[in-house]
Order: sequence, then C-alpha cells, then structure tokens
Amino acid sequence: MSNPTETNAAQARTAAPPPPPAPPPAEWWRSARWRWGAAALLAAAACYAPFQLVPFHVFQLTMVLIYAVALLGLNLLVGHAGQISLGHGAFFAVGAYTAAILLEHWALPYPLTLPVAAGAAFLLGLAFGVPAMRLRGLYLALVTLAIAIFLVPLLKRFEDLTGGSMGLTLAKPAPPAWSGLAEDQWLYFLTLAVAVAAFLLCAGLLRSRVGRALHAIRDNEGAAEVMGVRLSVHKTLAFAWSAMFAGTAGCVYTWVIGFVSPDSFTVNLSITLLAGLVVGGLGSLSGPVLGGLFVMFVPGLAQDINDAAPGVIFGLLIIAVMYVAPTGLAGLAGRLIRKIPRKE
Amino acid sequence: MAGFLQQLVQGLGAGAIYASLALALVLIYQFTGIVNFAQGELAMFSTYIAWQLTAAGLPFWLALVTTLAVSFAGGMLIERVIIRPVEGAPELTLVIVTVGLFIFVNAAAGWIWTFLIKDFPNPFPAGALEAGGISVSFSTLGVLAVVGVVMGLLYVLFRHTKIGLGMRAVATNPESARLVGIRVGWTLALGWGLASTVGAVSGVLVAPLLFLEPNMMGGVLIYAFAAATLGGFDSPMGAVAGGLIVGVAETLAGAYVGFIGSDLKVGVPLVIILGVLLLRPQGLFGRAVVERA
Repeated sequence: MSNPTETNAAQARTAAPPPPPAPPPAEWWRSARWRWGAAALLAAAACYAPFQLVPFHVFQLTMVLIYAVALLGLNLLVGHAGQISLGHGAFFAVGAYTAAILLEHWALPYPLTLPVAAGAAFLLGLAFGVPAMRLRGLYLALVTLAIAIFLVPLLKRFEDLTGGSMGLTLAKPAPPAWSGLAEDQWLYFLTLAVAVAAFLLCAGLLRSRVGRALHAIRDNEGAAEVMGVRLSVHKTLAFAWSAMFAGTAGCVYTWVIGFVSPDSFTVNLSITLLAGLVVGGLGSLSGPVLGGLFVMFVPGLAQDINDAAPGVIFGLLIIAVMYVAPTGLAGLAGRLIRKIPRKE
Repeated sequence: MAGFLQQLVQGLGAGAIYASLALALVLIYQFTGIVNFAQGELAMFSTYIAWQLTAAGLPFWLALVTTLAVSFAGGMLIERVIIRPVEGAPELTLVIVTVGLFIFVNAAAGWIWTFLIKDFPNPFPAGALEAGGISVSFSTLGVLAVVGVVMGLLYVLFRHTKIGLGMRAVATNPESARLVGIRVGWTLALGWGLASTVGAVSGVLVAPLLFLEPNMMGGVLIYAFAAATLGGFDSPMGAVAGGLIVGVAETLAGAYVGFIGSDLKVGVPLVIILGVLLLRPQGLFGRAVVERA
C-alpha cells in the first residue's frame, strides 16, 4: 500500500507545469560554499598571522583593523546612506579620548571603556544628526569639516581632563596569563574580536529594514519618503550608528597605542579616512578592509619618495577612482570576477 | 570705546580676507553648484607662484599681474580637465572630487616648495593711520580697498558686459542659455578662472599676515565657508557682507568672551554655519530654493 502523502505529492508533481531547465552549474568561484570557504580561510589566516610576523607587522595589521572599523562606520553613512562626512576623525577622537579619560581618571577596567566610548560617540552622532538631517549634502560636508577643525583646540582647552597638547599616556592592556600571548598579539586579537563583531553588526544592520531604508534614501529621497521611509529618523540614526563605529575604533586605538594627543586627530585624519573609503570602495562590505590596508600602508610606502608624495597619490587616486571606478577597489575586484566568462 | 572700535577695525580687516575667499567660493557655486573645497588650496598655490616670481626678482605688482593671469588660466584648465567629467554628478561625487583636488594641490605645493614657511613681501607700506584714538594699519586699509575694487570689478563685469550677461544666463538656466547660443561649457570654465583669480587675490592678501606655507589657507577656508553660508551661497554681495560679519564676530568673540579666547575662536564659524543653516538655510542675501520632489 502506497503512502497517501507520496501519491498526493506525485499528483501535484504531474499537475505542475514542467520545471524550468536546471540552471547551469555555477563555477566554483561563484558558489556560496566557496565564499564561506574563503571566509574561513581568511579567518584562519587572520588568527595564524600574529604567530608568524614580527611585532611591528602585527601592530600594523592591528592598525589596519582599527581603520577598517572606523571606515565601516563611515561607509554606513557615505556609502549606504549617501550622506557626506568630512569630520569622522572627530568621532574617532571622541571614542579615543573617552576611553583614555576613563582609564586615566577613573581607572576603569579597559573592557568597560568600549561600550562607554561607543555610547558616547553614538550620542554625539545623534546630537549632530539632528541638525544634519536638515542639511543637504554640501552643507553637511561643511558642518562636519568645521567640527573636525574645532575639535583640536577644544581638546587642548580642557587640559585637566584631556592633558592638553601633551595628551595622555596610558598603560596598554596586559595579556592575561592563561593566554600565553605577547602584548602585541593580545592587542591584535582584541582588535580582531572587535572588528569581527563590528562587521557582523554592520552586515546585520544593512540586511535589516534599516539597511534597505538607507539604500532607498541614498538612491532617491523623494521616492523613499513616498514609500513610507521616515527620512529624519533614518538619517539621524545613520549618523549616530556611523559615529558609534568610529568611536569604537577610537577606543581600540587608545588601547593599542596607549597614548592620545589632539594632534593625532586633526582634520587630516578625517580626510584620510574619507580617502581610504573612496579608494577601498563605497557601499561594499570589503571596501573598509581594503581602505584600511590602503590608509595604513600607502603613506608609508610613498613617504620614501617624498614627504608630500602620500598626499599627491591620495589626491590623484581619489579623483581617478571617482572617474573610472566609483565603487573603488572592492568594486573593481567584483567586476573582474564577473568578467570571467561563464562556461556554456 | 576706543578699544572696541580698534577690535572692530581689526575684525573688518580679517573679514575682508574671508570675504575675498568667500567671493571665490560663491562664484563657482553660482555657476556649477559645486562648493569647491579646494578653493583655499588653489589660492595658496597661486600665492606660491607669486612668491616664486618675486623671489626671481620681478617687481611685486608685475608678479601679481602675472600670477592672476596664470591663476585664471589654471582655473579654466581645472574646470575643463577635472570638473567637466563629473559635471551634473551627485553632490557626493563633486564633494569627493574637490576634496581630492584639495589633498593633491596641498601636497603638490609641499613637494615643489617644501613645507618650510616662507616670508611673503607685504605690498602695503608699514605704519598706520591714526584717527580718533584708534589706529588702522595701512595693510588693513589696503586689504579693504583691494576687496572693494574686486567687488566693483565683478559688479561691472556681471551687470554691464556681454560676457557677464552670458554668465548670469548660464547661472540661471544652462539649457536655455545654450539654446540662445551661449557656449555654456566655456562660460563655466570662465567662472572657474574668475574664481581662481579672486582666490589668488585673497591668497596674496593673506600671505604677509600668516606666513606662506602649504597649510596656510586651511584656517581661512572654514571662515570663508561660514561667510558664504551666512551671506547665501548664491549671492556675491552676501559673501562680502558675510565675510565682514564673520571677521568682526570672530575678533570680538575672541577679545570679549573670556571663555572663547584666542584658541577657541575657530568655533565661531562652526556656530555661525550651524545657526544659519538651522534658522535661515538660504543665508542673509540668498534666494530660497523651492524644490519639486
């Protein structure tokens, strides 16, 4: 006796229109499984690297991750929400100084500084997001630039709290005895953990309705509003989220460097971040990592030619990228993969 | 009272410099809708050209005229080569391109002339005019006079020449202007050339006061932005008025508000920009843009 459900299914199958021809098997580099494999490989490499490299290179990789977290935030605002910020260095600085002040004056255990710094940057971003939502692109760029310029004298002014132009020197987080890691390795893994968490959070945010709302605002504000996207809420929140990521990066920066001073957070930092993001790739998830690599390594390499060479290269690259590859290095890589002809 | 007037005059002198750079910003904004973040750096580069010429032995005024001519040509070239491909692109792209130009010009000046500061000759005689207990230095008077003359020349150009009429037509409606036979592309380039020339004037004015170095205009630029925002980004008149107001406000705030002092003065443009944008986004003299979604 046959199973009734099976016959039902068989009848349903015969009743259904003939199934479409199966899609051609995807090449291995296009399959999701390969992508997960690549991610796993990358993760393994990221965990293995600090045991193979000299401390200075481990430090450089740590800085790449810190920049990547900051760029993740900037990307959320610029790449996904289409707003401009020329002042993200200021939010980075707020995170860095919040952590430094908590460590210096309140002797807080360092893991606790992370949520506080992120929260402070979030609130500040929210506060600036409210006027920002009334400002259109150009004006937003102006205001954020003015904030970045104003921050340095402000930090120097409140000397009791911030240490003035001398800055604050702090002890770096010591590796716990059970880990058996050297200091640079411990800092690297701390940063890696924060970066991975930030990436997952950002990816989740973009896949949620928030991400779709931001894309809609970026692509057509009027249409987004008609579709029921509350522009003011989302623009303000985009600013706040974005500031939060920058602040988080700033906090980790304080842990890793063990020193903050106003001159580390001039307007140059903001402009470098924007440059890194544009070159790395606006609006893509891998863009911030590529941008972080770029921000970390290109100035050092170019400095060998001339003190001014990093600026010349940054400036030319930004303009060139806007002309020929508005999606940056990440977009170029994606385009190359798609260029590989499909097998017939 | 005399002290207050003294501060006022000083503020006007500083304001005239902001006004001249703001004028350059407004010129470009009117024609192309671009806020040129590289305007200050272009002015700085022009100033270096002037310095190079005087260092080569040219008399100051001849060097100045040559510099203005070179700046004009340079401005047109930049419009043709760098801005033309992104004409009509989203604001984000335009801002990023001019920021790229900013970084590039700044570094290029550092590459050519190094980052060491240079003395720039002051075109105006030393000394001051004493009147009623306040003294006005000749260089302040000179700066005010030069900005006044530039403003007057621009007014004559826009109101009483055929080129100026064409430029106003392009600023109002590029498509209609093209239909009546105006070369829109070249008019835009002309706008950039004019703006670079005006910017060069402000650079040459500011250099003797600040010392010449590649980051010289960074501080001035933010005041010029505040001035242009206050006056309205589409009003040359407003840019000059805004510049003077910003200069006076900054000087008085630095002198009389103890908390601000000389180091936090740079907060003044931030407050002005934020305040204007929140209360009257089109600025004092600008036209409000009515938008159809």
